[in-house]
Amino acid sequence: MTDRTYGTRLPGLTEESLGGKLIVIEGADGSGRTTEVALLREWLEVEGHAVVDTGLRRSTLVAEEIDRAKQGHTLGATTMALLYAVDFADQLENKIVPALAAGSTVLADRYVYTLMARAVVRGASREWARRLYGFALRPDLVIFLEARPEILLHRAISKYGSLDYWESGMDLSLSRDLFESFFAYQDRLSKEFAWVGSEYGFHRVDANRRPEQVHEDVRALVAPLYGGSRSAARPRPPVSRPRPRAAAG
Amino acid sequence: MVAESPSPTHGFPGRLFVFEGLDGSGKSTQAALLGKWLQSQGYRVFFTEWNSSELTAATIRRGKKKNLLTPTTFSLLHATDFADRFERKILPPLRAGYVVVCDRYAYTAFVRDAARGCDPMWVRNIYSFAPRPDMVFYFRVPVSVTLRRKIASRLKINYYEAGMDLGLSDDLHESYERFQTRLKQEYDRIARTDGFTVIDSGRTVETIQSELRGYVGSILQNFPTGETLMHDG
Repeated sequence: MTDRTYGTRLPGLTEESLGGKLIVIEGADGSGRTTEVALLREWLEVEGHAVVDTGLRRSTLVAEEIDRAKQGHTLGATTMALLYAVDFADQLENKIVPALAAGSTVLADRYVYTLMARAVVRGASREWARRLYGFALRPDLVIFLEARPEILLHRAISKYGSLDYWESGMDLSLSRDLFESFFAYQDRLSKEFAWVGSEYGFHRVDANRRPEQVHEDVRALVAPLYGGSRSAARPRPPVSRPRPRAAAG
Repeated sequence: MVAESPSPTHGFPGRLFVFEGLDGSGKSTQAALLGKWLQSQGYRVFFTEWNSSELTAATIRRGKKKNLLTPTTFSLLHATDFADRFERKILPPLRAGYVVVCDRYAYTAFVRDAARGCDPMWVRNIYSFAPRPDMVFYFRVPVSVTLRRKIASRLKINYYEAGMDLGLSDDLHESYERFQTRLKQEYDRIARTDGFTVIDSGRTVETIQSELRGYVGSILQNFPTGETLMHDG
């Protein structure tokens, strides 16, 4: 079964009817993802859909290891990328697939795209990252909340009172200055997101606005997935496939 | 003056020798002996074995104990472990011009993950950061011999080593034999595609060791020892 995934068969995935919908919200830290996930969940539940949410670094298997590794700042880029892949695979198999099989809507606060962009910014090739996550299920919808770096900066500062080491890409040694590093890192990330987005068919939503405005656009994108019927067992709509490409740099 | 010329296979100044084969094929004994010999010859040697990394060892242990692992997480967790070992222990000495001896390498994962039903091309891609070794020694041995050694050593056969997660058989020994047979078939297959040097394991330790020294010696011709390096500045 490779049509359900991005090209690699997931051993053990036999469900003919993953009836639920998989909706992904992507975007940088401070783009308003968490708020949007909460609003979307509320709306979907009011509409009568069962919702399960998921995100990165939440697996029972390695979430602790990732936290510990981040505190130590000692892992190599490839090791870190693979550790995130374990975390994702564990959640995919133990949470996302069962929830979809039960007909629930899975709302993912970030998905493999963030992981790919981060890995590539840290030196992995796009081709490696793309093939690594070939076992990931194709979502029904990917929404990318796009916000300007200045907005991200203000939101990060008003939320945490400072900039986060990792969200500023300090491990990349772009600059010893946190502030400068933040902009340099977000710039690189957004370039990679541009690539990932065109490859995987993101729906971009302008996230420089107030949450209610953003939510309105998100709803307009989500509503057609459930259009007409509430039955969770409808066939999944076609999802754009990544174009086959030669090894990218 | 002895120049350190880069390896024709991977381009690093060091040299990389890999030992592969089933558990109980005798490869670890031979790898350790070879390391000793290389050291005695004055080479700067670095010896490393699979699963020696601390990072994921606890997770792998826990996952295995609770049988939490699927073929995909099993594969990725071991890849993480290998990457950590590679980035920390294999790559630096290779760049520094050491002779690196590895007891198991990415091929162990190719074989094991394929036997668990993972897509071989997917696995190969994950490990594409690992350079091709100068030589891979594959210790070829009948599965019945490894099972006899296993029983004689009184070591417990563990769940994953026996491939019990695949449901091949409810009986541990039978499952072990079937799973190891799958591994052997895969080893035999990639031995051809990846150009392994096949070592017949059914001979004395001394005979095998002297054969290995012959192979390694010819690759290390003109390769500087630590002493010559120091002497030359």
